[in-house]
Amino acid sequence: MPGLGASFGRGGATNFLEDLSNSDCIVIEGSNMAECHPVGFQWVMEAKARGAKIVHIDPRFTRTSAVADLHVPLRVGTDIAFLGGLIRYVLENDLYFREYVVAYTNASALVGEDFVDTEELDGLFSGFDPETNHYDEASWQYEPEEPPHSGSDDPAEAAEQERSEQHPDVKESDRAQAAGSGGPPIPAKPKRDETLEHPRTVFQVLKRHFARYTPEMVAEVCGIEPAVFEQVAKWVTENSNRERTTAWVYSVGWTQHSVGAQYIRTASILQTLLGNIGRPGGGIMALRGHASIQGSTDVPTLFNLLPGYLPMPHAMQHQTLDEYCADAAGKAGFWGNKRAYTVSLLKAWFGDAAQPENDFRFDWIPKINGDHSSYRTIADMIQGKVSGYFLVGENPTVGHPNGRMNRFGLANLDWLVVRDLQMIESATFWNESPEIETGELAPETIGTEVFFLPAASHVEKEGTFTQTQRMLQWREKAVEPPGDARSDLWFYFHLGRILRSRLEGSTDPRDQALLHLTWDYPVHGETQDPDASAVLREINGTGPDGRALSTYIDMKDDGSTTGGCWIYTGVYADEVNQAARRKPAREQGAVASEWGWVWPLNRRILYNRASADPDGNPWSERKKYVYWDEAAGEWTGPDVPDFEETKRPDYVPPEGAKAQDALAGNDPFVMQGDGKAWLYAPAGLVDGPLPTHYEPVESVAENAFYKQQASPTIERIEGPWNRENPSMSEVFPFQVTTYRLTEHHTAGGMSRTLPYLSELQPEFFVEVSPELAALRGLTHGDYATLVSTRTAIEAKVLVTERVRPIRLRGGQVVHQIGMPYHWSYSGISTGDSANDLLGIALDANTHIQEDKVSTCDIVAGRRPRGSEMLEFVESYRRRAGVASGRVGVNGRAPVEGSTGHAETGS
Amino acid sequence: MKTWLDAWPVFRQLTGNDPLGRGTAARSKATEQVVSRTATADHVAKSVCPFCAVGCAQKVYVEDGRITQIEGDPDSPVNRGRLCPKGAASKQLVTSPTRVTKVRYRRPYGTEWEDLELDTAMEMIADRVLEARRKGWQEEDGPPGNRHRVNRTMGIASLGGATLDNEENYLMKKLYSAMGAIQIENQARI
Ligand code: SF4
Repeated sequence: MPGLGASFGRGGATNFLEDLSNSDCIVIEGSNMAECHPVGFQWVMEAKARGAKIVHIDPRFTRTSAVADLHVPLRVGTDIAFLGGLIRYVLENDLYFREYVVAYTNASALVGEDFVDTEELDGLFSGFDPETNHYDEASWQYEPEEPPHSGSDDPAEAAEQERSEQHPDVKESDRAQAAGSGGPPIPAKPKRDETLEHPRTVFQVLKRHFARYTPEMVAEVCGIEPAVFEQVAKWVTENSNRERTTAWVYSVGWTQHSVGAQYIRTASILQTLLGNIGRPGGGIMALRGHASIQGSTDVPTLFNLLPGYLPMPHAMQHQTLDEYCADAAGKAGFWGNKRAYTVSLLKAWFGDAAQPENDFRFDWIPKINGDHSSYRTIADMIQGKVSGYFLVGENPTVGHPNGRMNRFGLANLDWLVVRDLQMIESATFWNESPEIETGELAPETIGTEVFFLPAASHVEKEGTFTQTQRMLQWREKAVEPPGDARSDLWFYFHLGRILRSRLEGSTDPRDQALLHLTWDYPVHGETQDPDASAVLREINGTGPDGRALSTYIDMKDDGSTTGGCWIYTGVYADEVNQAARRKPAREQGAVASEWGWVWPLNRRILYNRASADPDGNPWSERKKYVYWDEAAGEWTGPDVPDFEETKRPDYVPPEGAKAQDALAGNDPFVMQGDGKAWLYAPAGLVDGPLPTHYEPVESVAENAFYKQQASPTIERIEGPWNRENPSMSEVFPFQVTTYRLTEHHTAGGMSRTLPYLSELQPEFFVEVSPELAALRGLTHGDYATLVSTRTAIEAKVLVTERVRPIRLRGGQVVHQIGMPYHWSYSGISTGDSANDLLGIALDANTHIQEDKVSTCDIVAGRRPRGSEMLEFVESYRRRAGVASGRVGVNGRAPVEGSTGHAETGS
Repeated sequence: MKTWLDAWPVFRQLTGNDPLGRGTAARSKATEQVVSRTATADHVAKSVCPFCAVGCAQKVYVEDGRITQIEGDPDSPVNRGRLCPKGAASKQLVTSPTRVTKVRYRRPYGTEWEDLELDTAMEMIADRVLEARRKGWQEEDGPPGNRHRVNRTMGIASLGGATLDNEENYLMKKLYSAMGAIQIENQARI
């Protein structure tokens, strides 16, 4: 989550669910929390019972809206305009928390003279290269206090790194996410003006940037009446001060946008100005969608990351360990210790083979050099560039946008391994998919060899999930899995074992990493299941004495310590599996520090140093949390201080201090190079230092702020299977947004197959307003067909006032369609797949797709079948002036090799 | 004295001290003999719901090696014993009649699923991994004049779900990196 990482230094929810009950106001935006995180929502209701105001901002009226004090419908895709409006309101009316802002944020930092804002360039920041659609961030930098790089051990190397940082191939490799724990590196601390008067202070830049985000503009763009806007603004600002705190809650309603990271940035800026970060009842509650999404980024199976948000080495920048750590050497905060974390990881992986004289085998880590994210990989598959694919508990042909493109990808593999509980659609694409019916695919043409390997369920294996508040909770194994079912731990351990035995004795340099991998986990039982706690202990790491480390501060860069994921160090402190702790909540305080284990170092509220004033005293008795105890000479409170325990509030770093020692006693954002929360991000995001309103890629409205219609850095993947609906097109006149239901789970493999859940939500439907129903002749309970340039799908119509047409200031009426995305053709409850309708356009920061908003047409009745269906969709493309979506065998280019450019069109 | 009338619940409800008929009046001999599944379990495993990221703690009741019930754990500070419909239905993830418990295999251009032994499948997959790794191996990459050492294979890709344990993700990343595979992704991107 680069939005949070670039703002505060860590990409995780700042607070914990139970802490929501301490809020005086909760704004839920981009999330239907009551529906999607139902049990977590009890804490919102607790807050409400204690008198908190609950605001729900969402295009649809949902289960969350039903119990909120105020529901504010807005046009999908306009959250930055709305939040920008709030930022302007706070700044213009002097409602920000001045002391907090001056002390704990970069408001007083001076931005360099070269920076030019979107206000002057009609929607672009300085540094944009229209050839590559990339920004050069050089002009976004602070004005340095001292000449840059003076603190670096290797100034030349660091300078070289910064230059290559701007290379398109490096940008595409998703560096933003590496700010997940440790903010983006900055060359030097900035010059500051604590009066905030200097025109180039971040504060003044911010003021100018959002000056036009007036209530009138909010009305024009979002469709929110000024009086309603005023009400939200009042509640939020009245509940954000020394005595009171406001919490902001979001989930995938925000991340799944072409500017998703900037949505989160906008909320971060607002919450920082209001002084709500690091304090009880405040913060930004990022609700992750699934059991262990947080865990899957912390210990990433992501192309651009190594464990603990260390970036995957880049071919152009990181041939050696020195090069890899150059951006960190001598820096303040987290970056100062990057080498220790990296060396500990290499020791954990390669054991004795990793030695100082061989660079700890850094060269055994493969290098990336561009975007290798899953959507790009699908396009590569269609072109026959990928031989084999593993799908491990994932069902992309239903759960990912553009199912048809995904299926074409699978149809062009040599082999596919699917590991799941049920026979999911991604395993049966070769004989049951919609393209079999249209004739675009046939078993006889598909050479993909498919292995379906049954998986163990959550009670048939042990291990940890990391849930939404960064908490690891250990699960015990209750029973053995049936038949051939095995855990994924079993699968990878034994696959590794077989591969290693095949290569035994090989002297080929490329085999050495595999052969020297530490791979001797203890195994249990008849099936030889590896011991998950041994793996967790390896993740935690060990010290020179071979015992489990209790903090990453003890990691060394000399090879004497190990640790598979530094941010998880402490989960096995004292040789005890801390994630397995289950001390009953009623036997401990409200913070419940002895239930499970939270990264980092069991700190439940991040940046909690900010819950005290610069002198270390609580901002107020009511919001007392972590504070300085002068007598004891340490920070104290109900939570673990997210700060060095004995660093005095008046500590001033001496000249030449490094790493954490370079941060002052009033720098609460310890992962940032300057210790401050970033209102303005001089680095870390590829699409701008400040959030700006752009229209979604597929929009029915024109951008009222700038000539630049959509984000200039959007990443597109072009081909006949991924056409784009033109914006403001009469052919695709309606906005559509996807969402989830309580009773189903993402692609449905774990819910449409269960009798109880299928009975509760038996079929695919779409929500339309009575006005849209009248406009298109749709009848409640009958079928309708939705069409995009990708395909057409059918669904039962639910006519409801829960979705309302939004009237924009200019008089334009925007109709929005709501569409749950859980269905497909397998399981007990079946239907067309909503995601088939959507295209793939990506946030350049995250490569996350925009599927919360796109456009479509809707007509009454069922969709055509067979080849008629292909002609039906093609006729829409023709009318909209979009290139053909026809494909050849297995989805490949229609006339292979004829022009070499058969796939570029619109 | 006990009469035949006493065996009649309505009579007990009207004459006894349970006018609403929700307590003693409604109890019968059969009721007395009913014991909840949770009371007779051989053991209770502590678990966590695998659906959403709230992370509700669960108690998994096991009897004779089978799961008889899954309930919310009242000790948890997060869910305080509660589960939503998904978490409450999670027992069916384990006991679902349509759950696949045998390896299935589809050969290239095949039209049917076939049986395959798990051990054979593992060996076949290992063969294919080595072959794909070889086919897609790159020592260097980049445009002419700007080539860099990459030491990787582009032949293998992977996509994991968000119900993977941290330990599983860790072994995956470790093994893939050691074999040189980089196109390793997760639902977390989605
Ligand atoms: S029980 Fe419901 S709310 Fe709790 S973790 Fe499971 S899906 Fe989420």
